[in-house]
Formats: sequence, C-alpha cells, structure tokens
Amino acid sequence: MNKLPDRSPARRREPVTDTQLLLSITICIFVGMYIMAMLIWGGGFKKPQMLFDILNDNAYLVIISCGLTIVMITGSIDISVGGVTALVAMVGVMILNGSNHLFDGLIASLGLAESWRIVFALIMSLLIGLAFGAVQGFLIAHLEIQPFIITLAGMFFARGMITICSVDPQKAPQDLMDILQKRIEIPWLGSVNKKGVLIPAKMEIGVVIAAVIVVLVFILLRRRKLGRGFYAVGGNRQSALMLGVNVRHTRFMAHLICGLLSGIAGFVFMMHTGAGNATNATAAEMNAIASSIIGGTLLTGGVGNVIGTFFGVLTLSTIKSIVTTSGLRDPWWQSITTGAMLSFFILLQSVVLMRKNRRRRKAKKAAPTNGDKPKDG
Amino acid sequence: MQEDAVLTMRGICKYFPGVRALENVDFTLRKGTIHALMGENGAGKSTLIKVLTGVYPMDKGEIRIDGVEGAISIRSPQEAQNYGISTVYQEITLCPNLTVAENMFIGRSEKRNVDWKAMEKRAGELLDNLGIPARPKQQLGSCSLAVQQMVAIARAVDTDCKVLILDEPTSSLDDKEVEMLFGLMRELKARGVGIIFVTHFLEQVYAVSDQITVLRNGELVGEYAAKDLPQVKLVEKMIGKDLEGLSTIKKQTAPSGGGEIVYEAEELSSSESRPFDFHIAAGEVNGFTGLLGSGRSESVRAIFGADQVTGGKVKVKGKATRITKPLDAMKHGIGYLPEDRKRDGIIADLSVRDNIILALQVINGMNRPFSKAKAEAFADEYIKALQIKTYSSETPIRSLSGGNQQKVILARWLLTHPQYLILDEPTRGIDIGTKLEIQKLVLKLAEEGMSITFISSEIEEMLRTCSRLIVMRDRNIVGELTGEELSQEHVMRTIAGGGE
Repeated sequence: MNKLPDRSPARRREPVTDTQLLLSITICIFVGMYIMAMLIWGGGFKKPQMLFDILNDNAYLVIISCGLTIVMITGSIDISVGGVTALVAMVGVMILNGSNHLFDGLIASLGLAESWRIVFALIMSLLIGLAFGAVQGFLIAHLEIQPFIITLAGMFFARGMITICSVDPQKAPQDLMDILQKRIEIPWLGSVNKKGVLIPAKMEIGVVIAAVIVVLVFILLRRRKLGRGFYAVGGNRQSALMLGVNVRHTRFMAHLICGLLSGIAGFVFMMHTGAGNATNATAAEMNAIASSIIGGTLLTGGVGNVIGTFFGVLTLSTIKSIVTTSGLRDPWWQSITTGAMLSFFILLQSVVLMRKNRRRRKAKKAAPTNGDKPKDG
Repeated sequence: MQEDAVLTMRGICKYFPGVRALENVDFTLRKGTIHALMGENGAGKSTLIKVLTGVYPMDKGEIRIDGVEGAISIRSPQEAQNYGISTVYQEITLCPNLTVAENMFIGRSEKRNVDWKAMEKRAGELLDNLGIPARPKQQLGSCSLAVQQMVAIARAVDTDCKVLILDEPTSSLDDKEVEMLFGLMRELKARGVGIIFVTHFLEQVYAVSDQITVLRNGELVGEYAAKDLPQVKLVEKMIGKDLEGLSTIKKQTAPSGGGEIVYEAEELSSSESRPFDFHIAAGEVNGFTGLLGSGRSESVRAIFGADQVTGGKVKVKGKATRITKPLDAMKHGIGYLPEDRKRDGIIADLSVRDNIILALQVINGMNRPFSKAKAEAFADEYIKALQIKTYSSETPIRSLSGGNQQKVILARWLLTHPQYLILDEPTRGIDIGTKLEIQKLVLKLAEEGMSITFISSEIEEMLRTCSRLIVMRDRNIVGELTGEELSQEHVMRTIAGGGE
C-alpha cells in the first residue's frame, strides 16, 4: 500500500504554463490584427514604414511598460511613471535650450561644446527616475504603504514639478535636436514612392534603446536571481519570505528599476518630440498598464512577460493607428476603441485560462479513479 | 545528550503575558525515528515548534543538536535552518506560479544568475531519488496538494536537514495522498532524518510514528513508544482530567426524552461534512464530541446552514423545510454561537448594543431598524441578565474581555428567543468563572424548554451539561451515548475507537 504510484512517462511534454499561453494569445492577436489592417486599409499598412512609425512614436511607452511589468509581476503598481516621464522630458528640454541655468555655468567654465548638454540631460533623466523609484520603493517596500497611494502622490508631485519648472511649453534648439533625432535608415525595408525614388525605412535611436531594454529586462526576469524573486514575491509574498527571498529588497528593486526606466523613457520621449510640456505623456501610465495587461501580465502579480508587454504596446498603438487611418480622427474614437479592445482582451484571457484550468481540474478528478488501488488491500 | 539523539530539548519554558504556554517541557528526538507530538488545542504543541524554529525566543531551557557542542540558541527561522532544522507547514509555503524546480531552489543560492539547466537536473535527481511524482519544469500550482507538500519536504530535506518538522501536513490531503506522504516519511526515516510529526489524526499517528510525546496545558504528560500506548490511553492523556472547582454544577437531572422533537435531520450533509442523522427534543441538551477536526463543528454548521448544504431532509417541529442559509435557520428559531468568536462572532468595531441586537434586527429585516430607545432597552436587559462587564452599551465590543464578548454573542441569540440554540465551544479561551456561568445558564435555559446543542473540547464540561452525547471520529458519527454510558472513560473509549 505504501508503494508510490509510478512516475508519469519519462519525457512527456510540459503543458504550457499560463504565462506562455497568454503570451501566444497576444502575439497571435497582434499579427492577425496587423494582417487584417493590411488587407482592409492597405496603403500605409502595407509599407514597413508604418510599423516603424508606430515604434518611433511609442518607444517611450515600451520602456515605461517594461518597468510597469516588473512592478506588476511583484504584485505592486506604479502610476507615477507617466508623470515622471513628462517631468524628465521637461527638465531635459530645459537643459538643452538653456532656460534652466543649472548646467550653463559648468559648460561655460569647462569650455565644453553645446552638445554636452545632451549628456547632462541624460544624467538628469536617470537621476530623476532613480530618485522617484528609490523614494517610492522605500516607502512601499520598507514602510509597507499601499503602492497605489504612494505612486498616486508621486504622479501629482511629478506633474506639479513640471509646472514649477516652466509654465510655458519649452522647445529644444534645432541643432541639438538634429543630433538627437538622427534616424537609422534601413534601405531594404524601404518603399518606392510615386516618382520612383526609394525612400528607406527610418527608425529612431529611441527604438534601439527600447529594444535593448526589452532584452535586458527579459534576461533580468528570466535568468537573474532578482528577477525570479519578482515572480516569487508576486506569487505569494509570505511563501517567498519563508523560501528565503529577501522580500523587502526585491520589492524595493522592482520600484527602483521602474523609476529608472521611466527616467530613460522621459529621455527617449524628449528625443522624439523635442518639446517640454505639462501635458506630455498624458495617461502614459494607463497605456502602460493596459499594454502590460494585454501582454499577459496579471494585476494580481506573479505572472507576466516582457515580450508580451512589447507586443501589448504594439497592439495598443496599432489599434490607435487603425482607428485614425479609418477616418475616425476625433480623439474619443481612439479612447472608445481602446477601451473596448482592452475589455475584449481581458475577457479572452480569463476565458482561456478558465477553460485550461477547468480541463486540468477535470483531469485531476479523473486520475484517482483510473489508478485507484483497492483500499487497505 | 543521549547517544542516538539528534535533538534534545530540556526544561523549555515559554510565557506570554498572563499565559503559561510551556512549563518545563522536555523533548528528545532520535535519529531515524518519527516522533509524534500530540495534544489538544492550547496544549503547547505549536509553541514548542515555534520555539524550536526560532519564531519565539524561549524564556528558559536548553536545546542541543547533534553535531554542535553545547547548548544552542535559535533566534530566527533562518538560524534554525542553518542548524539543520527544517519545517514544512500545514499551509503550503511555496509559490504556485513558479516551477517545481524553482520552488526547490529559490532563495538558497548566493549566485546572482539562475542556471536553469543545472537546477532542473538537480531537482529531477532529487525528485526521482525520493520517488516524488512531479516534474522539475511543471508549474507547482498544477500539482496536487500532496505533491506540493512533498516538494516542500524535498526542499527541506535537500538543505542538509537533521530534524524535519511536519506541522499538520495531512490536514488537506485525501487517503491516497496521505499514504504517498507516509511513504516519503518512511523513506526519510530510513536515511536517518529525525521527523517530528504534528497531527490530530489518531490513526495516522499509529500508522507511522515510533514515539509519541503528549503535551497538555503547556506541560509534558510523557513520552511513550507508540506500540506501548493504546489509543484510549493516548486520548486520556491528551484530554486529561478537568479543572476541579467546576464540579459544583449539578448534573442535569431529567434527560428529557419525552419532549416534542424540535429539530430533526436525515442524511444531512454539507460541503464540509458527511451525511448524518440528528434530532433534538424540547428541553434537551445534547452535544457533539470528538477530537479537534473530527467534524463536530462542521456538523452543526450544516444544521445552521452556515456551510453550503448539499443534501438531506430537515424537519422543524415536525414540518419538513429547507435550511440552506443561516437566515433560514434563524427564521425557524435556531441560533448558533460560532466556534471562532473573533472571525464569525463579534463585529469588533460595533458597540456592545449593536452586537446584541444584530440577530434580531436581521430577522426583523434590516430596513426596519429598531428605535434607539428600544435597542437600548434590549441591550440593557441582557447586559444585566448575563452580567456583562462593560463600561456602557456604547463601548465597542473589541475592548471587552473574551468571556464578556462571548456573553454578548450569547445575548444576541437569547434576544431572538430561539427554540434551539447551538453553542460551539462557548467556553473556549475564557476564564473559569465565566465558564461556570455559561454552563449554569445552559442548564437553566434547558429547564425553561429550550433545546441546546453544546460542543466543547473539555469532556467534563459536556458530561456535566449534556444528557446525550454524539461521538464523532474522522468526520463520522461513531456512537451515541446516553444515561449510564455518560462516563469519562466510556466517552474516551468511543472517541479512540477500536484501539483497545
């Protein structure tokens, strides 16, 4: 009677995990939607440049979403990211155009070239992002205050700071912008226009930065002890503690990284727009949350994947492009469609997960009857 | 320290404010043995385990472990683990969203990178070695609870463990899964691991244990070889004699058998309890008895409709009816004082008055509130009648002592003038004086014609109040005792079952 049941056939294929399942749904939907757009609206969507435009416009959102995915995997949330991004963009632009005298003295006394302003802007971006991440992370991880409330405060604070920096919109000088907005040309993905001239596909540097960050975050989440800690903490905080995970440090690091990434996102945003404005990156945090969720990250924590998030951003922005291309230029159509699509995604995800788990439960229930041995035999 | 002992605890004392949790307890664990730690609620089992795992510091005593010179002090769970003491808790403390392999290795490596291949290989070897039917790459949440429990054990064992503590590991497993777990325990035993097994299932104790240590009221009753201690003796040692002072209560004289049947159930079952028959007459006091986890609370919860009722016929005063939720029961004049006062009984932030009128208010309909004067009159009447010690009826109930809180809940039900009142552990965790009052009150109410079901862990208390005892073991009714049979010895023998 105490003989253990035989082990299952040696090398059976693992059933897909929830993460893998959600990821494949997202990719399928994105690809399907894009093909549909190509077939129905043709034109722009047939040119690779359309995809690059979407990437160029949303590189900053990809970066924010990566940070938010990390935070959401640990079961937390950060809604200050949009505010931080806008603040960083404003500070960056003001360093570039010299209306903030912070670095003017330094540049003058050291006799540095004007283009050094870009370096200082980048350093400030990272510092502001890290500062927000560190303070919020400390309050959340060590003082155990509700993340939603802390980062809500952070959001208001960042938005307020923008107006303190400058009430009027700021513009970066053109010469510096020319450096920042250098585009990488990819001729083999170009298209020929009506006059028969080849126009190469153009990609901004921000997209490269975003791609590098996606890869780095992927490695962090998959291969690093810290990254696996994010999942453990999000899965069950108490268990993670018992398993020897440093829960406080892990949660702190999640928020710190998220803050840092919003800083980088702000810089990328500035590279793309070259403008500082109090209404920059409005609702970016909500778009980032939506993208993460579309990408298969659960708000409850423990499940998520940065590749999914990347496709989530693409899906969300493609929906917006489709709405615009199909002639519904009024901004509310974008919101309405996004809302509808988001609901549809969540519904689809939960239905698929429910079906999968139900099947599993059924299989489990059936198992004992198959292999049941006579009792007390 | 004995030759083959892997762990010795001597004269362990632990006090909490006003409570003596452990007094001079000795405990010895030998290599390659399974040692059951037994005792009823509040006996000190979990306190002892927590002292051993560094959750609580001990106030006195010494702990020695094999391979370490001199007495050791364990200040944190991490330290306990470093000494080779691992614990697997009742609730599975793993992460369901991670894979089996990760759950076995997370938090143990100093390295900053995760080497999946090496980890999965090592996990696979370990699982194979211990015969655990799980695959390293499997998501833990997709394993059965038993397998999850076994993965937790595998993790514990892999950390060079000398002492393995299993705290109620079987409470959520079915028979087959329990057998799998026992197989693993025997395997570990053969490798020389000392296992401390905490459980309240008597049969399971005898199935695997070599030694049994019994605690009661924070004191050591004794250590016995499992084969020398019959079940009846074990139960006797666990429950023991009751406190003196209480014998002043007169035993109920007339076991009212002739009264009208107030409540009757046939094959009643709920999501938590197995089908059972039950009836109670007017003016009768009966009780469910059995060890913790035997299903006594689950049975009365089924009667009250507190768990999801899944089947059975119910008659109230001879009329067939359906009771599927507490409100149904209340409308039929049934009251239920729950076992867990903090969770199911009091509403901590409401005043004593609001807590008292709650049940009657619900029966009357929540949108027809009582006038303040009426509510005050109700509350004051029962505060006086039950001598509830409170500053005023406006005081929030959380600031009252446990005994007085219990009286408030009692008042809540008495106010509804029930025909049938179920009291689940009404005397747990309250002082002796109040215990006495409650027992007297039960008998007085019965004399006035109320039917009462009384549940208590203390058998003496039940013998004094009940004229009929329904004995449960492992979620089944195994006997019904009346009249002459109501002796402590007889009850214990019935609880313990065939192990004479």
